Amino acid sequence: MTVGLEHYLVVAAILFTIGVFGIFMNRKNVIIILMSVELILLAVNINLVAFSTHLGDLKGQVFALFVLTVAAAEAAIGLAILVVYFRNRGTIAVSDINMMKG
Amino acid sequence: MTLPDIFFYVFASVTVAAAVMVISARNPVHSVLFLILAFVNAAGLFVLMGAEFLAMILIVVYVGAVAVLFLFVTMMLDADYRELRAGFLQYLPVGLLVGLVVLTELVLVVGAWSVSGALPKTPAQTPIPTDMTNAEALGRVLYTDYVLLFQASGLVLLTAMVGAIVLTLRERRLAVKRQDIGEQVGRRPADAIEVVKAPVGQGVAEGGGVR
Repeated sequence: MTVGLEHYLVVAAILFTIGVFGIFMNRKNVIIILMSVELILLAVNINLVAFSTHLGDLKGQVFALFVLTVAAAEAAIGLAILVVYFRNRGTIAVSDINMMKG
Repeated sequence: MTLPDIFFYVFASVTVAAAVMVISARNPVHSVLFLILAFVNAAGLFVLMGAEFLAMILIVVYVGAVAVLFLFVTMMLDADYRELRAGFLQYLPVGLLVGLVVLTELVLVVGAWSVSGALPKTPAQTPIPTDMTNAEALGRVLYTDYVLLFQASGLVLLTAMVGAIVLTLRERRLAVKRQDIGEQVGRRPADAIEVVKAPVGQGVAEGGGVR
């Protein structure tokens, strides 16, 4: 069975699902949640590149590049917020982040 | 089954297995290492799809920068990870439910779409050229048609950098000595020097002045 577009799409779907599942499973650990978001973005990139190859259009790869950029920025900011939060509260449990509830 | 197909199955299965380990490993450091494994294998998938430049960027940016950042932060924070893991099983049913629903929907979409026939092949607006490398082709598109988006993504990165520095920078006023120009210039001899007449045989007290 030759590998076509569908195979890549299924791999991306499984990766996406694992990312969503990881967010649900590790409700308390922000680091794992951030890693799950990275997995989701990776699945999106695989989708974009797979369609780019299948349709013979370079645009998908350009978009994947931009997604990569935004993902890197998001990880940096998220981890910076995490470090500041840990410095202030001494924990990284998500359930404790309710100071802004008012 | 040709060699690229075998490589596809190897890369895909290792990527998925590593992703499962990312969300289920007990130690977050192991999670980060499995994340690196997933990224490297996804880069292999990109190479198989003919996007070599993106594959190399994935390794350089994700494995070299983002994953190492994750590793630093995970090791730096002295959080109680065992306590954070509590409730893992409590969320298992709802997580499994949502995961199954999402996965079935995605696979059904792909399946229905592949059964109904291929995409209507509209002519590609920026076709992948065959006579140059992937990096060169991407550069030719990126620096011409998408130059504004390219600049905007640079701005996004600049904002992220400034934001991360502003968030984590701590001014330690007590530990670090800095110049205070105003105070230095405004200093008078009377502030600094005290003329003391020391009587013979008595000397000067330790803090200045006559004993």
